[in-house]
Amino acid sequence: MIHKPLATTAASALALAMTIGTTTAHADEPIRIGVLATLEGVFAASGQDGMRGFDMAVDRFDGEVAGREIQVYRASSDASPDSALSAARRLVENDEVDILIGPLSGSEGIAVKNYAHEQPQVTFLNGSSAAQETTLDNPAENFFRFSTEGVQWQAGLGTYVYEEKGYERVAILAEDYSFPYAQIMGFMTEFCDLGGTVAEKMFVPLETRDYSSVIARMPQDIDAIYTVMGGSDILNFLEQYQQMGGEAPLIGGSIAVDQTILSAEGPDRDYLIGTPTSGPLADDWDDPEFVAWQERYQEMFPDGLGSPGLFAHAYYVNTLAALTALEEVGGELGDGHEALRDALQNLELDTPTGVVQVDHNRQAIADIFITEVSSDGEGGLYNRVVGVVEGVNQTLGFPEEEFLANGFAARDNPPVEECQ
Amino acid sequence: MASVLDETPRTNDGTLARLVRSLRWYYVAMIAFLLIYPLITGGFWTVQIGAQTLILGTIALSLMLLAGYGGMVSLSQLTIAGLAGYMIAVFGGASGGLGLGWPPFVAIPMAIAVATLFATLVGVISVRTEGIYTIMITLAVGMAFYFFVLQNREIFNAFDGFAGLRPPLVLGINMREANNFYFFCLAIAGFGYCLVLYLSRAPFGLALQAVRDNPRRMRALGFNIQAHRVAAHALAGFLAALGGMLLVWMNGQISPGSVGIAPLISILIIAILGGIRHPVGPFIGALIFVLLDNFAMQLIGGDRFNTVIGLIFLVIVLFSPDGVLGLWKMFRNRLRRQPQDSVESRTE
Amino acid sequence: MTLFLLTLLNGLTLAGLYFLVASGFSLVFGLMRNINLAHGSLYLLGGYIGYSTFRATGSWELGVVVGTLSMAAAGVLLQYFIFRFMEGEELRQTLVTIALSIVAADLMLWYWGGTAYQFTTPDWIRGAVSLPFTPLRYPTYRLAILVAAVVVGIALWLFLNRTRIGMMVRAGVDDKDMLAASGVNVQLLFCVTFAIGAGLAGLAGVLGGSYLSLAPGEDMRFLLASLIVVIVGGMGSIVGAGIGAVLIGLTEQFGLAYAPAYAPVYTFLILVFVLAFRPQGIVGRPLQS
Repeated sequence: MIHKPLATTAASALALAMTIGTTTAHADEPIRIGVLATLEGVFAASGQDGMRGFDMAVDRFDGEVAGREIQVYRASSDASPDSALSAARRLVENDEVDILIGPLSGSEGIAVKNYAHEQPQVTFLNGSSAAQETTLDNPAENFFRFSTEGVQWQAGLGTYVYEEKGYERVAILAEDYSFPYAQIMGFMTEFCDLGGTVAEKMFVPLETRDYSSVIARMPQDIDAIYTVMGGSDILNFLEQYQQMGGEAPLIGGSIAVDQTILSAEGPDRDYLIGTPTSGPLADDWDDPEFVAWQERYQEMFPDGLGSPGLFAHAYYVNTLAALTALEEVGGELGDGHEALRDALQNLELDTPTGVVQVDHNRQAIADIFITEVSSDGEGGLYNRVVGVVEGVNQTLGFPEEEFLANGFAARDNPPVEECQ
Repeated sequence: MASVLDETPRTNDGTLARLVRSLRWYYVAMIAFLLIYPLITGGFWTVQIGAQTLILGTIALSLMLLAGYGGMVSLSQLTIAGLAGYMIAVFGGASGGLGLGWPPFVAIPMAIAVATLFATLVGVISVRTEGIYTIMITLAVGMAFYFFVLQNREIFNAFDGFAGLRPPLVLGINMREANNFYFFCLAIAGFGYCLVLYLSRAPFGLALQAVRDNPRRMRALGFNIQAHRVAAHALAGFLAALGGMLLVWMNGQISPGSVGIAPLISILIIAILGGIRHPVGPFIGALIFVLLDNFAMQLIGGDRFNTVIGLIFLVIVLFSPDGVLGLWKMFRNRLRRQPQDSVESRTE
Repeated sequence: MTLFLLTLLNGLTLAGLYFLVASGFSLVFGLMRNINLAHGSLYLLGGYIGYSTFRATGSWELGVVVGTLSMAAAGVLLQYFIFRFMEGEELRQTLVTIALSIVAADLMLWYWGGTAYQFTTPDWIRGAVSLPFTPLRYPTYRLAILVAAVVVGIALWLFLNRTRIGMMVRAGVDDKDMLAASGVNVQLLFCVTFAIGAGLAGLAGVLGGSYLSLAPGEDMRFLLASLIVVIVGGMGSIVGAGIGAVLIGLTEQFGLAYAPAYAPVYTFLILVFVLAFRPQGIVGRPLQS
């Protein structure tokens, strides 16, 4: 008696599973786009902003492309590669998306790129993940990244601090994982070529909160500290560094001094004035297209960050690339997305931060912004644009073979000994 | 299955008859369903739901063996599974030229052996503790392992871990194909299930349960209770290692995030959700967990899916200490209104 | 030498914060045998509520008070609605509080978002003081936390050993039924104890959030820290929590200063080592079954 409802439920579940397996795409059917970001745990705020960027791009197309409705499937990871893979599998194999946009962080990006090799029928576009290897090591034919990565983001910073700020000797303080390694490579490549020296590279294990003993062994004979940390970690470091009487100026990695840090409470945040950073966008960029995009963000998301962040930007640019290319090919997804991928490969995408193209590894060549924290005269702080490096590619302008000969960024690559 | 039963010390005649008699219609239906399941579903349901349930169920089964029979709640079972996965990458090789590149028939048994040995070691350290202390020492082992692999580049390749891990070709069968992989997982999960079920009646399992219920009397009877507990850890470690091997093949990669605190606790949740009194519990728990993990976000349609997962877990542990199995038993007892049923199970 | 001295101080002041969180956990476990794995959630929630108060009123001191009291109230609710029904069921308490902490973490993420918050401490504890006999200066705030921890530790010890309520609490642990029979409201007593334990977590949340910032994930972090401290020192002993906190604080900071690569591993190894050779902790009494 009681087993009957159970049996019928199981049967209907099976029937449902079977229909899912047999649907085929028609031209008048909606285009299925999956988006994967981190909405759980420590990176949840970043993931939410990434989703905002995605929504802005879909909104720009009024929810349809080439006459086909855009059907959005969302999935979340907890920033670990396993969970990103699991979420990507659900989007691709269960929701049968045509295009997948994501994920958020570097190691997730490598996992999704490897998965893209197994799913040639789907076109993948990056979210905001910024690991070098994703497009440089065994790249997938169907994985495109219209956003720049960690090494590219620091292009121009080394030159700026050496020539404009006059810093000749720095100490490096960073969290011990692949994103800071990449940023350090981008910074040191220029800084050391010009003759700058690095006193010491200090890595702290991830999830360190109390930096006081790291601060205690900071070298004294330095002009500045180059810090690659993000979110709460930079807040912790700054508070503790000042309390310990530290006085060296800072140079920031791309996620070090974003708007949330600048608007954080505290009398000592003026300490940050003059801190140079570089990255794929700048809040203060006065290009009309950027301003319009920024205003649209504020209009759509009154509860957002005030100005779109790095993650919103990357998700927006990648989604925009997907939709623009789809529009160009009239929503045609036949022949294993051949037309779409050709269009993506040859796209000259107008973004709020300039024109973006992809190279033969399907990796973005884009502009990088150098900024410096400045006071707005009313007690507020903002990132003032002090320079734009145009058309930065993944090998920082070096021939690919020469660049690859030095290996991928790692804890001890580039070696600090070669820069002392 | 038959060979396992043949080794019982009981008289051989009647074993088969007992087995046939104990085969209820729902066993047959369940086995038939598990066998035809991949044929009626697609790749996603076969691997992501089906195989993943079997894999996580197998790892949780190892916890069920320790907690249910031995009264030792260990949080490090996923760590052991993770170590097996890591060792498969280290011995067998991974993409990017990492690892030693030994042939699979050497690398895989070595990986399982290393993980089992580690589990035995954890057992040796933790059997001196009881209750909450056991939970904590195994949690500490798990967290120490997590931070170690996160920082160690020489062996474990630190933050990046290993990618490109794929099951080998066995006797010309391609294990990478969804259905083959599912059946492989089913075979291992079935092996684990039968092993644990058999243990519930075998001398070793009975002694373990007696040690759980009354260690003092067992010691007085001349049993070496510590040795029994360590042996249980070794056996559970072996099961967890098998699960870890499958898990790393399903994901194709392993990194510190695979052995962090969240997946560690997930295994505990899975075992408790299903129930730790019977080996079927961990698999039921795994099915619920995998379905929630994959579909909670769609079902709820917002960002608060973790609240829902937590609340479901909370309700089950609040109202039924024996998980879903316990709920089922309560439901059945109420339906039958047979009070002697509970008396029976107590005197078993 | 300077590095050694500074690291020593860093370790001791971090130990102060760990003691504040862990002593509450230890109190609740030691006296009532209640395992509250949502203790880390109390830390973070107390910190968040304190922060919201601070933002609304501009007063850090008020934030401290509200953060502490709100969590004390939450502790009473936990004891009354949850723990009362599962006395002595360790595994069930463990699981229920894990479930609670998962739900709490997600709801806090919902309300306070994923960004990090940090208090601005008032001027009287900002800045640095000169250390006697050395040319060094050291942050006032970190020393203040150490002082607060010592004060709380002494107060707790006096409360348990020198007051009537403290005696009743200790009697309740040894024989609850006998205490109830002699006319004492045991449930009320346990609610008071839980309120103190949870209030300490809230207090630590505000004090810790003033130099380590509040963000998702800190709940788990401080839960782990308190577990290690309490187990190393010995569950249920205030002195043990003190010893455990100092040991863990020093290990963490010396690890970071001299061998940072494996710094987080050392504390867990200490825990494994202590439990393997002295399962009841350094000063703990063996558990009577």
